[in-house]
Amino acid sequence: MQNKQSTVLRRFMPLIVFAALVIFLAIGLTLNPRLVPSPLIDKPAPEFELPLLYGEGKFTNKDLIGHVTLVNVWASWCFACRQEHEGVKYLSRNGVRIIGFNYKDEPQNAKAWLTKLGNPYQTVVADNDGRVGIDWGVYGAPETFLIDQNGIIRHKVIGPLTSVDQLDDLIEASQKENFDGLLKALKSLKQQLVE
Amino acid sequence: MIPELGHFALIIAFAIAIVQSVVPLIGAAKNDAALISIARPAALVQFLFIGLAYAALTHAFIVHDFSVLYVSQHSNMVQPLMYRISGVWGSHEGSLLLWTLILSIWTIAVAVYSRNLPEILMARVLAVMAMISTGFLAFMLFTSNPFERIFPAPLDGNELNPLLQDPGLAIHPPMLYMGYVGFSVAFAFAVAALLGGKLDATWARWSRPWTTIAWSFLTLGIALGSWWAYNELGWGGWWFWDPVENASFMPWLVGTALIHSLASTEKRGVFKSWTVLLAILAFSLSLLGTFIVRSGVLVSVHAFATDPARGVFILAFLVIVVGGSLALYAWRSATVVSYGRFLWFSRESALLLNNIIFLTAAAAVFVGTMYPLVVDAFGIGKISVGRPYFDTMFSLVAIPLLLLIGIGPVVRWKGDNWSRIARVSAIIFITSLVLGLLLPFLIEEKLNVSTGLGLAGALWVALTTFKDLFIRLSQKVRLPLSYIGMIMAHFGVAIFVAGVTVTMTYSEEKDLRMVPGSSYNISGYDFRFQGVRKVQGANYTADEAVIEIWRDNERSGELLPQKRVYSGKGNPMTDASIDKTLFRDLYAALGEELESGAWSMRVYYKPLIRWIWLGCLFMTAGGVLAVSDRRYRQTVKQKFNLKNSVASST
Repeated sequence: MQNKQSTVLRRFMPLIVFAALVIFLAIGLTLNPRLVPSPLIDKPAPEFELPLLYGEGKFTNKDLIGHVTLVNVWASWCFACRQEHEGVKYLSRNGVRIIGFNYKDEPQNAKAWLTKLGNPYQTVVADNDGRVGIDWGVYGAPETFLIDQNGIIRHKVIGPLTSVDQLDDLIEASQKENFDGLLKALKSLKQQLVE
Repeated sequence: MIPELGHFALIIAFAIAIVQSVVPLIGAAKNDAALISIARPAALVQFLFIGLAYAALTHAFIVHDFSVLYVSQHSNMVQPLMYRISGVWGSHEGSLLLWTLILSIWTIAVAVYSRNLPEILMARVLAVMAMISTGFLAFMLFTSNPFERIFPAPLDGNELNPLLQDPGLAIHPPMLYMGYVGFSVAFAFAVAALLGGKLDATWARWSRPWTTIAWSFLTLGIALGSWWAYNELGWGGWWFWDPVENASFMPWLVGTALIHSLASTEKRGVFKSWTVLLAILAFSLSLLGTFIVRSGVLVSVHAFATDPARGVFILAFLVIVVGGSLALYAWRSATVVSYGRFLWFSRESALLLNNIIFLTAAAAVFVGTMYPLVVDAFGIGKISVGRPYFDTMFSLVAIPLLLLIGIGPVVRWKGDNWSRIARVSAIIFITSLVLGLLLPFLIEEKLNVSTGLGLAGALWVALTTFKDLFIRLSQKVRLPLSYIGMIMAHFGVAIFVAGVTVTMTYSEEKDLRMVPGSSYNISGYDFRFQGVRKVQGANYTADEAVIEIWRDNERSGELLPQKRVYSGKGNPMTDASIDKTLFRDLYAALGEELESGAWSMRVYYKPLIRWIWLGCLFMTAGGVLAVSDRRYRQTVKQKFNLKNSVASST
C-alpha cells in the first residue's frame, strides 16, 4: 500500500512541480509592476553620503537641492539597464539633469559599461555595497527617482523608464509638479519610442 | 501582394497543421490505415506553405518593401543584402517564422528518414510535431503577424539592431533553433511512445540519433553566441549568465543528460520513464527558452505585462504542451517497466550520476534565472542573481562531473568492482593532480589551488580518455564511430575546462587613457598607440585606432579597434579588434575621445581563450561522429539528401 502510494506520487511529481511554476508565472503575468508603493513619495530624499565613481569627492543628498533631478539606479550586471540606457541618454541630451546611482557594482565594471554604452550622467555615485540603496527603498535595478528642486522625492519608476506605461506615469508626475523642461524632454522621448 | 500571399500561406499551413495533428491520431486509435497515411503528405505540404511564407518575408526584406511593418522596423535602404536576409530573424515575429520553418524541416526529415518505423508510431510522432507547429502558427497569426502592413509606407526603414550586424550573430539564431527545435523530435518520440504505451529499447534507438544531432547543433549555436559576444560586445568576456544565454544553456544541460540516459535505455533497457521525462523536459526548456528570449519576460519582469495578449498566449501554450505531456506521463508511465538489473557500481549508475549532476546544474541555472520572477510574483521584491552565484554553483558541479567523465566510460555495464577501476585510474589520478597543481606554481611561483584543480581536472579527463582509446585500439577491434564520437566529445570537455581555467586566472585587462605615441606593456606585449583615423564602411562611419603590438622589440602585429556610428541611428557601437592565436588573444576596444587627442581604451591579454570554443567544436564534432555510426548510417544519408533539397528550394 505504502509502496503504491509512493509510485503514484512519483508519477505525478513532475506535473505538480510544473503546476506550481505555472501558478507563479500566472501571478507574474497579472501583477502590475507599477503598483509597488513607495513610502518615500513626497518625502525628502533620505540622507546619504556616497563616493563618486569618477574622481575624488563625495555626493550627498544636499547636492540634489536646487534642480529637478532624475536619480537613475543602474548596474553593469543589470540587463534591463542596457535596454533603457538609450532612453536615459536621450533625456540627458535634452537637458535633463540625471544622477547615476551605481548600485551593488564593481567600479571597474561600471566604468567599462559606461565607456562602452556612453555616459549620460552628470555625476555617478557609487553605492557598491547597496547600503544607501536600502535607505532609498531600492528593489533592484533599474529604478528611477524623480526629485524636485527642494530635494523631495516626487515619483519613482520601477523597471526601465523606457516602457510607455512607466513613461506616462512619469510624465503625469512631472506635469503635476510643473517641471516644464523635464516634461518636454519626456514627451519627446515618448514620441521617439512610439515611432 | 506578395506579403499577403505569405500571410495566406501561413493560414493554410495553420489549417494543415491542425489536420495533421488530429487525423493521424484518430487513425492510430482506430487502426485505420487511410487516416494514418495522411501524416506524411500533410507534413510535406505544411513545410511547403511555411517555406513559401518564409520566402515571402525574405523577399519583402530584399526588395525593401517598407509597407510591411516588420521590414520597415528592421531594414533600410543601405542595409547590405546579407543583413537584409538575416534581418528576417532579427526580431520577434520573424524569429517565430524561422522557428516554425525549422520545425517543419525537422518534421519532414523524420517523415523521410524513418521509413522503417512502424506506421502507427510514425503517425503519432508527426501528429505531435504538428501540434507544436499549430501552436506556433497560431501565436504568429493571432498575436505576432510578420506580414502586417503600415499605411502610409515610410520612404526608408529603421535599421536592424547594429549589434546583429555581424556574420557570427547572423548564423547564431538558426543554429540555436536547429538545436532547440531538434529536441522536438525526441519529445515527439517520447509522447508518441507514451500514447502507444510501448516504451522499449527500440524507441530509445530511434530517438537517439535525432537527439544527438540536435544537441550538436545546440552546442555549436551556443558556442557561436559566446564567440560573437566576445568579438562584438567589447567586454572581453565569453559568457555573461544573462537570461538569454541561460535560456539556451538549460536545454543544453538537460539535452546532455538525455543523450547519456538514452544510452542506458538503448543498451540496457533501464531508466525508461526517466528518459522519457528528460525528453519532455529538454523540449519544454527549449520552448521556455524561445519564449524567454522572444517575449522579454526576463529582460525585465515588466516586459511580460507590456503585451498581455502575448504573455497569456505563451503561458497557455506552455501549459498545454508541458502540462499535457506531463499528465500523459503520469497516466502512462505506470505501465513502463524497466527490466534491467544492475549493481550500484556499474556503467548504469555512472550514467545516472551524470544525469543527476547535469540536472542539478540545470536546476541551478533555472533557479538563478527564474528566481527574480518568482520572488516578484510573491510580491517580496525584485532581485537579480548575478555572476557570483552561477560561478560558485558551477565550480561545485564541475568537480564531481570531471571525476565522473574519467571513470564512467571505463566502468562495465551491469556491475564492476571498485578495486579494478581504482587500479587502472590511480596513476592517472595522481599524475594529473600533481601536474595540475604544479603548473600554476611554475607559472606564477605560488600555489593556486583552484587553478591547479581546474588544470588537474582537464588533465584527468584528457588522460583517461586517451588511455581508454589506446587500450581499445590495441585490442585491434573496429571501433564504432559512436565510441570515437564519445571520446572526441569528452576530449572537448578537457580542452574547454583548460581554456576556462587559464583564461579566468591569467587574463589581464586594463582600462587606459592613451595619447598617440604612448605605449603600455601587458604580459610582455607592448601596445603602442599610433593614433585614430576616420574610416567609411558600407553603412557606417567609424573612428579607427591604430595600435601596434611589439614583443621583444619586434613588431608582431597590429590592432584596429573601431567605434562605429551606423547611418540609421546615432548611437555608436564598439567593434573590438583582436589578434588571435591558439594560445593567446590580444584584444583592444576603443572607448571615448578624451581631451587633446587622448582616448580611453580597453586592452586585454587572454591566454587560451580560443580553447573554450575549440572544446565546443570538439563536442559538436563528437556528436556528429556518433550520429554517423553504422547503426544509423542509412538514415543519416537520407537526411542529408533531404537537407540539400530543402536548401535548394528555399
